[in-house]
Amino acid sequence: MSKLEFSVNGRACTVEVHPMKRLLDVVRDDLGLHGAKEGCGEGECGACAVEVDGRLVVSCLVPVGQCAGARVRTVEGLAPDAATLSKVQQAFLQYGGAQCGICTPGMLMAATALLDKVPRPSEADVRTALAGNLCRCTGYMKIFEAVVRALESA
Amino acid sequence: MLPSRAMTGKAVGRSVPRREADAKLRGQARYVGDVTMPGMLHGATVRSQVARGRLRAIHFGPEVRWDEYVVVTAADIIAAGGVNTVALIVDHDQPALVGIGDIIAHREEPVVLLAHPDPHALEPARRAIRLEVEPLPAVLTLDDALAARTVVYGEDNVIKSYGIDKGDVDAAFAAAEVVSEGVYETGAQEQLYIENNGMIGALEGDVVTVWGSMQCPYYVQKGLMKCFGVGPERARVVQLETGGGFGGKEEYPSILGIHVALLARKAGRPVRILYDRGEDMAATTKRHPSRTRVRSAARRDGTLTALDIDFVLDGGAYATLSQVVLSRGTIHAAGPYSVANVRVRGRAMATSTPPHGAFRGFGAPQSIFALERHLDEVAHKLGLTPEALRRKNFVTKGGELATGQLVRDDIDLGALLGSALALADWERKRTDIAAERARSGAPLRRRGLGLATFLHGTGFTGSGEKYLASVVGVEGMADGRVRVLASSTEIGQGTQTVFAQIAADALGVDMADVEVATPDTRDVPNSGPTVASRTCTIVGKLVETAAHTLRARLVAAGLLPADGGGDLRAAVQRHLATLGPLRALAQYEAPPYVKWDEGAFRGDAYGAYSWGVYVAEVEVDMLTYEARVLDFVAAQEVGRVIHPVLATGQIEGGVAQGIGWALYENVVWRDGVMSNNRMTDYIMPTSEDIPPIRVLFAEAPYPYGPFGAKGIGELPMDGPAPAILNAIEDALGVSIRRIPATPEVIMDAVEGAGASNGDGAGAGAGVAGAGVAGAA
Repeated sequence: MSKLEFSVNGRACTVEVHPMKRLLDVVRDDLGLHGAKEGCGEGECGACAVEVDGRLVVSCLVPVGQCAGARVRTVEGLAPDAATLSKVQQAFLQYGGAQCGICTPGMLMAATALLDKVPRPSEADVRTALAGNLCRCTGYMKIFEAVVRALESA
Repeated sequence: MLPSRAMTGKAVGRSVPRREADAKLRGQARYVGDVTMPGMLHGATVRSQVARGRLRAIHFGPEVRWDEYVVVTAADIIAAGGVNTVALIVDHDQPALVGIGDIIAHREEPVVLLAHPDPHALEPARRAIRLEVEPLPAVLTLDDALAARTVVYGEDNVIKSYGIDKGDVDAAFAAAEVVSEGVYETGAQEQLYIENNGMIGALEGDVVTVWGSMQCPYYVQKGLMKCFGVGPERARVVQLETGGGFGGKEEYPSILGIHVALLARKAGRPVRILYDRGEDMAATTKRHPSRTRVRSAARRDGTLTALDIDFVLDGGAYATLSQVVLSRGTIHAAGPYSVANVRVRGRAMATSTPPHGAFRGFGAPQSIFALERHLDEVAHKLGLTPEALRRKNFVTKGGELATGQLVRDDIDLGALLGSALALADWERKRTDIAAERARSGAPLRRRGLGLATFLHGTGFTGSGEKYLASVVGVEGMADGRVRVLASSTEIGQGTQTVFAQIAADALGVDMADVEVATPDTRDVPNSGPTVASRTCTIVGKLVETAAHTLRARLVAAGLLPADGGGDLRAAVQRHLATLGPLRALAQYEAPPYVKWDEGAFRGDAYGAYSWGVYVAEVEVDMLTYEARVLDFVAAQEVGRVIHPVLATGQIEGGVAQGIGWALYENVVWRDGVMSNNRMTDYIMPTSEDIPPIRVLFAEAPYPYGPFGAKGIGELPMDGPAPAILNAIEDALGVSIRRIPATPEVIMDAVEGAGASNGDGAGAGAGVAGAGVAGAA
């Protein structure tokens, strides 16, 4: 067991866990943030995607020991408040980017990470940025539309 | 049942926000993996690991302290006075757990259940259990099942057979100008919902309760009642947010629900089982593999005079849902065409693999693939374009389908085809491709165009809806709002939103005045399973009817004006205060014209059909033999569209699954089990694999669907695979008759059977040269 300190969604956290525990399990079990999902446990589906120091990672493949002192952001940290959604979330709502919702937290993190870096992405940029996040419901079209349209509301 | 008026209300026809979206977007929606209960244990399943045998003994290794674990075997079911079965269509098919002395029928049969407070303690215990099994011969291929040298089911491995006979097929073939024949094969397909199966079980007093990811709460309840020997008041099933189903959570949750309940009863504490991806892919159901032989007779002008179709499904080790999958596949085998003489023989065969089950389309995509591939071969042989051949044979309104059903839908397939081709820019692309081919003899990439035309029956097949006799309620609540009561589940397709739209417009109120209850068998009536493209059209119609009844009751009580309008909230509250509870129920009634003869397999197989014309543009890389879809047009007539964004999302999602089935998704079988049971090795389409999908709706309102809506969910699974494979034939000049058309399969088709030396081996049987065998 190790004592680790890092921040999650802007809030300081201290956990005492095995340093090889997966970041996914720490945010879900130790911090009670259930937004990130486990779809495959091998980094293929992207449902567990979160940001660590501004980088998009699949949290099922990250030992929490690597996150000491890091800034972690999860889907719970996207919306400004309980009454407001982020622009990307709002666009997903309006354009049908979420169906069953299980890939949505990871998809939102990937889309947000893209828009933070590339303010005016082409459709090709969007396709590449989301290629690590599998969605079985939408066929991706509505997600592309939501990501592209998210800018218009900016 | 009263016909619906196709009118625009305040909600129907508009893309209102999805009801549960806010929680999903914030990461607050609660799926089974997000729910824990006080004292909850974690469960795991020990499986058979042999394709077939007889269980002789279960040995628990000394390296594990078994007193720390809750252990359940078949003996616990019997000792408690229950029945060791998973009741589904029939009461006795597969066991809940294989008992000592019982037959193991496939490699993933559950034998022992374990539970422990620490989920990490489960794997060592699972490994410490050794099963002593007397091996028995297994049937691992469809050929072996058909040969029936080893019999694993009934007398001849046939789980079920159906036949359609129309006209005089033999006479038509004897008189035929052109006869064609081909054999077409489709592989298994994993549903690959991103949320694996999972359930929590607990005893609430003497009520066995399970919560979890599922499509059909009342199926799970039926399974619990039979296995535990209790009535409906002592078996409660509650759906949690469900991360996709696609048919994959139609039947398996009945098994898993029984398992968590058995563990919870023995433990005296709640128990949760979450499958990991590997277990979910190996053990749970997949789309039935199929083999279809199509013989056709045609005149030289393209008129089809006869179809003779032999349709075979691999059902796996138990009957489960195979007979209903087979019936839908059999009925859809002759397509949306008017052919005077039709014979279809459908058989579902047993093999020693885990049972195949429901997956979007439910048998129809398999038989439609065969016919639509075959028709392109016939067109080439006759020197006709694929579209001209189809135009020559389209059924029209008033025409007759293979079962003798008269088409009542206001459908003009010729017009739908015209719209689809125009949207796809078919003529211009065809000219461009011809010019490309003329310019370059051996291009590195070859383009092709393909199409498929098809239909999909709305709701349960044949007498299914009558037997289900689904019920929906609408009730008044203390705050004056109303609540829709149905067991139809939200699994991403938009059930909650669509029901609220329908109820709001039927009552003439805002959607904010309508709540849709969580499916909980304690609270909601049985509106039937969430399957068969039935939720919007069949159950939605019941929502509309119940809402009308509730309103009529308030009018009759003098609380609302008869001519519409009025304050519903105030009326509901006054009713509750003065007259007592307010609840209206509606039960399914077939449209008056529906007549179905189950024995002869003749009549109105469905109340209505949805119709589709799909067009694919494909490019094949001649170095790697990868096929890629460049553009896709999906045109369909689905009756009234209740919610354009949700409906479009259904089509796009179905097309993407169809592209996966056609090109990428290859279940590799080894010793009767899926060996590539990981997302790394089983490839579904990513955001970089799906082309632009352009969706077009023609809307001809259906009088017996709510506000005119028909079924939509499964339709988009039917068209992509044949359209894509037809485009590949157009590109390469060779006909590929099996899917998935992986690079190995395409290489074998182009360079000769066995060229790839890969796992496309044996693909030779699924490939035909540019011509078609069997000309008359």
